[in-house]
Amino acid sequence: MNLTINGEERRFSGDLDLAALVASLGLDARKVAVERNLEIVPRSAYAATHLADGDRIEIVHFIGGG
Amino acid sequence: MDGAISSEDTWTVAGRTFRSRLIVGTGKYKDYAQNAAAAEAAGAEIVTVALRRVNLSDPSKPMLVDHVKPDRFTFLPNTAGCFTGEDAVRTLRLAREAGGWDLVKLEVLSNTKHLLPDMEETLRALKMLIAEGFQVMVYCTDDPVYARKLEDAGAAAIMPAAAPIGSGLGVQNRLNLALIIEQAKVPVLVDAGVGTASDATVAMELGCDAVLMNTAIAEAQDPIRMARAMKHAVIAGREAFLAGRMPRRMYAEPSSPLSGLI
Repeated sequence: MNLTINGEERRFSGDLDLAALVASLGLDARKVAVERNLEIVPRSAYAATHLADGDRIEIVHFIGGG
Repeated sequence: MDGAISSEDTWTVAGRTFRSRLIVGTGKYKDYAQNAAAAEAAGAEIVTVALRRVNLSDPSKPMLVDHVKPDRFTFLPNTAGCFTGEDAVRTLRLAREAGGWDLVKLEVLSNTKHLLPDMEETLRALKMLIAEGFQVMVYCTDDPVYARKLEDAGAAAIMPAAAPIGSGLGVQNRLNLALIIEQAKVPVLVDAGVGTASDATVAMELGCDAVLMNTAIAEAQDPIRMARAMKHAVIAGREAFLAGRMPRRMYAEPSSPLSGLI
């Protein structure tokens, strides 16, 4: 299936949940927030959130700002 | 006021009480380590932070939270770069999920040249955020009329710009700031435009509850030293405000008695 993650097209095979995606990207789930198709996904729901072809995922974190 | 220093001189926003009246940004530093050292030197309890996409190509890049730690500082997520209410709400929903709290800084900009806020859109965004349960500290112009509208809409704090973001020009309109402070029942913070220590002192002497700055510290030749200077400047201005300044006079008033002259 194809996912758009932070604006980048990425291809994955098989069933994938959000917890697995975040881990496969090398990210610490405690330090990010995720939006799936413009809806916030609570951290507690990552493992239960199965991704579908065409999903648009945004993964963000805090950076320096004023 | 008995002149005892201000260990009990606190201020409260959205039910949270702070002793430091200096809020610092976390942008434009050489690295996050310098950033953390500056925030410590400033004695800050609150730091502003931005929210951006993670770097997918290099997830091992240093992260802000590893240096400026959320258990040490209250994070105040901003909406920098947002030009509409919808952008701001989307950003802060993510920030609330990332951080787990609802105290936020709203800034809705009008253009990238002067970065002054679009007040009509800011007020609309504020109402949207309040409807979603956020506690909103609002970056705004130094317009007392709009400041009142923000407060009436439920802003947790009013944060007028002293001068454009990153300009370092200091307080441009003392009268407007004084009018905003006089009418407000929520905290008023000068946010943006401070260039050096005396600018922060002027803001505090006017009666602001706190000052928020980023560039004045981050772009100083020695940011840690400037952070320390700003800490003292804010305390000096606050103490002077509480002490109550002498009246201004048109003519001289001798300090030594004129009687008994030889």
